[in-house]
Amino acid sequence: MAKLTINGKTIDVVVEDDTPLLWVIREQIGLTGTKYGCGVAQCGACTVHIDGVATRSCTMPVSAITAEQKIVTIEGLSPDGNHPIQKAWIEHDVPQCGFCQSGMIMAAAALLQANPKPSDADIAAEMTNICRCGTYNRVKAAIKDVAAGGQLGRG
Amino acid sequence: MSLASVTDTKLSRRSMLKGSAAAAGAFSFGFAIPFDEAQAQGAVPEINAWVVVQPDDKVVIRIARSEMGQGTLTGLAQLVAEELDCDWAKVTTEYPTPGQNLARNRVWGNFSTGGSRGIRESHEYVRKGGAAARMMLIQAAADGWKVPAAECSVAKGVITHKGSGRSIRYGEVAAAASKLQAPANVPLKDPKDWIIAGKPLKRLDTADKTTGKKVYGMDFTLPGMLNAAIKDCPVFGGKVKSFDAAKIKDMPGVKHVLPVGDSAIAVVADSWWRAKTALDALPITWDEGEHAKVSSESIAAWLKEGLDAPQAAVGNQNGDVKGAIANAARVIEQVYSYPFQNHACMEVMNATALYTPERCEVWTPTQNGEAALAATAEASGLPLAKCEAYKIDLGGGFGRRGAVHDWVRQVVAIAKQIPGTPVKLIWSREEDMLHGRFHPVTQCKLTGALDKDGNLTGLRMRISGQSIVAGIFPQNIQNGRDPVVFQGLNPPGPEASIGYTIPNLLIDHAMRNPHVPPGFWRGVNLNQNAIYLECFIDELAHAAGKDPLDFRRALMKDHPKHLAVLNAAAEKAGWGTKSPEGVYRGICHTMGFGSYVAAVAEVSVSAEGQLKVHRIVAATDPGHAVNPAQIERQVEGSFVYGLSAALYGECTVKDGRMVEENFDSYQVMRMEDMPAVETVIVPSGGFWGGVGEPTIAVAAPAVLNAIFAATGKRVRNLPLKNTDLRKA
Repeated sequence: MAKLTINGKTIDVVVEDDTPLLWVIREQIGLTGTKYGCGVAQCGACTVHIDGVATRSCTMPVSAITAEQKIVTIEGLSPDGNHPIQKAWIEHDVPQCGFCQSGMIMAAAALLQANPKPSDADIAAEMTNICRCGTYNRVKAAIKDVAAGGQLGRG
Repeated sequence: MSLASVTDTKLSRRSMLKGSAAAAGAFSFGFAIPFDEAQAQGAVPEINAWVVVQPDDKVVIRIARSEMGQGTLTGLAQLVAEELDCDWAKVTTEYPTPGQNLARNRVWGNFSTGGSRGIRESHEYVRKGGAAARMMLIQAAADGWKVPAAECSVAKGVITHKGSGRSIRYGEVAAAASKLQAPANVPLKDPKDWIIAGKPLKRLDTADKTTGKKVYGMDFTLPGMLNAAIKDCPVFGGKVKSFDAAKIKDMPGVKHVLPVGDSAIAVVADSWWRAKTALDALPITWDEGEHAKVSSESIAAWLKEGLDAPQAAVGNQNGDVKGAIANAARVIEQVYSYPFQNHACMEVMNATALYTPERCEVWTPTQNGEAALAATAEASGLPLAKCEAYKIDLGGGFGRRGAVHDWVRQVVAIAKQIPGTPVKLIWSREEDMLHGRFHPVTQCKLTGALDKDGNLTGLRMRISGQSIVAGIFPQNIQNGRDPVVFQGLNPPGPEASIGYTIPNLLIDHAMRNPHVPPGFWRGVNLNQNAIYLECFIDELAHAAGKDPLDFRRALMKDHPKHLAVLNAAAEKAGWGTKSPEGVYRGICHTMGFGSYVAAVAEVSVSAEGQLKVHRIVAATDPGHAVNPAQIERQVEGSFVYGLSAALYGECTVKDGRMVEENFDSYQVMRMEDMPAVETVIVPSGGFWGGVGEPTIAVAAPAVLNAIFAATGKRVRNLPLKNTDLRKA
């Protein structure tokens, strides 16, 4: 049993305590935009925000999270896909297969919230998600575009 | 309403709910209705197999090939829309199902999506589909106006009669057009007149990939569905000896513990996480079989023996190479090797199946829907007509999801044991790494003969190692010869030809097939062959005291297309000009999948041996460039895939099984490794080449040759992580 606040809603779920948050999100709550890629916090496909911090949900036991903590998944990043990062992703035609992109977008959104003007080195250090199709340069260009627009960051 | 849009989950669920109220066999109702029956039921009629025009002018273009990130869906739609002269803003796409293709005498042709063949093999018939539909729509308008069709023109889906100035929209004449006979003679536009094809248009399928709405196979659900996790014997060829289901039957959510064939066990539970947790707790004893002692070392020793074995299949031969070597002023000889690699698609293998004694259906990400259907029929024991496979867009394919549908056979074997209950099988990443269809392992001995002036007079290449074709399509091996093993080394011709004229040449292959199952891995045999040839040519140039570009050019006079892309890459990169301080260049080229490609890499290597790839310039001649923006993305992505392989890619065999089980031990390239990539597209026309794969093959040799320029070290054994690059 766990009480979680996901995308603004508080939800009771019946699961074993050690169930990773990823699988609670996917299987109990039914939000499948957050992906399973590796299960060992390597690839970042499962990235969600917990109180604004990009977190790999595949190794985070659900028991470690309280109802007070705000979890945001890709489905809750913006009401209709109009977060500046999402718009930049469309503008730059970033995704190829797209499977890693939920995690990429969540990582990028958290990065810019914390560091609105990241250097190339900052981006490389924070964006450690794996993309096998090879969208890295488009990801970087989209992040830099949003940073240049100054639409995100600590108010 | 699109009856075939299986990725529309709302429709899927609706159809399934509708079906579940009836007999289990009717589950498929809604999916399996062929388009012509759908039309009889009052749906919007198709103009032809490729084109549906709705009353609101929305154009639905049918796509037979699978979308896995490479952009084929957008490119193929562009080709159809170009000839259709419709409004691109109103284009959507849908997949016909494999069952529908069979039922209609394969009207959509080949579904196979590999070998970079989506556009290069279907451009003509899909364009004719679009052109024929345009002609029928115009004819319908002309009939209505009682004027000759020749007096009508069309732009963006609006037909105009020149004389009277009347106009009518496609959507208004679509129903009439659908009743007309298809034209017999369907001329196509000259590519120079293209306005939709050939343009750097954005992909059609991006929006849902930015919001989490896109449904991948892993996300697919059916009402009442259970979830399965699986373990196959980690030693290839091994079997299950015993398992103790009683130990886990009371664990949360567990419903079934099922053998799958004689080598695997699946746990079926209410959720996948519970299935996996129980599977991890299940005691299984394996009969590891005859390969339990095989290691990378034992395989390497076997391949090494093949380098000098008397028996080999010849791939390319001219002149007298023995004589050339015997008479050479200098002979250079080196041995290279290339390891096993896993495709490591971001989305692990998965499929959902529903079996009843009357029907079996599978939903899966596949590069070849028809092969998935065939696997479904075989594994279920039902005839093809009682089976269907629904394609879902892939979270990466790279060759893993094309030729072999092992995961489909597994899910059907599971579903068959719980008839009437839908079940989704998802592999763990560990299962995916242990049970890949691996990049083949090979070694190559190269012997070059130089005359006193440093001219190449002879080249001998002996490849020893694995044949993908022998592992997957053994019927295609003829007299012990695998033709695909010589990719990039073939005699002059339209496919995978060597770009050099060498007076005395012998390239042959001593086949050595270890027990590890091989697969077509993006770039296939071009990957290692380009490394072997292009790094060794670099060695020969160095030995001859010549510039690597000049040395190549001297051998390429009879290969103008190869030479043109090499020159394009060299020119854009500034070959021969001074590079930034501490930065060194390497160059290479190859030809395969119908296209000519070349690359220049700029690298530096620190005193600590740290490699940095700064910049890549890549040139490609695919004949026709259907979407330059998407070609750029394929070229950039090719460097991620190719350099991941070059830098890190290695699956090690120990005790008959793979050692690397996840991305912590099987590292791949991340953003910090990513160089700037400049793409030069030089389409020369007259042929149609692929773009998804050829550039993979130039990634590694360009970087390896640049590393030599930087350090004086030749890296002949991949991956690079095993080599200390510190200056000696």
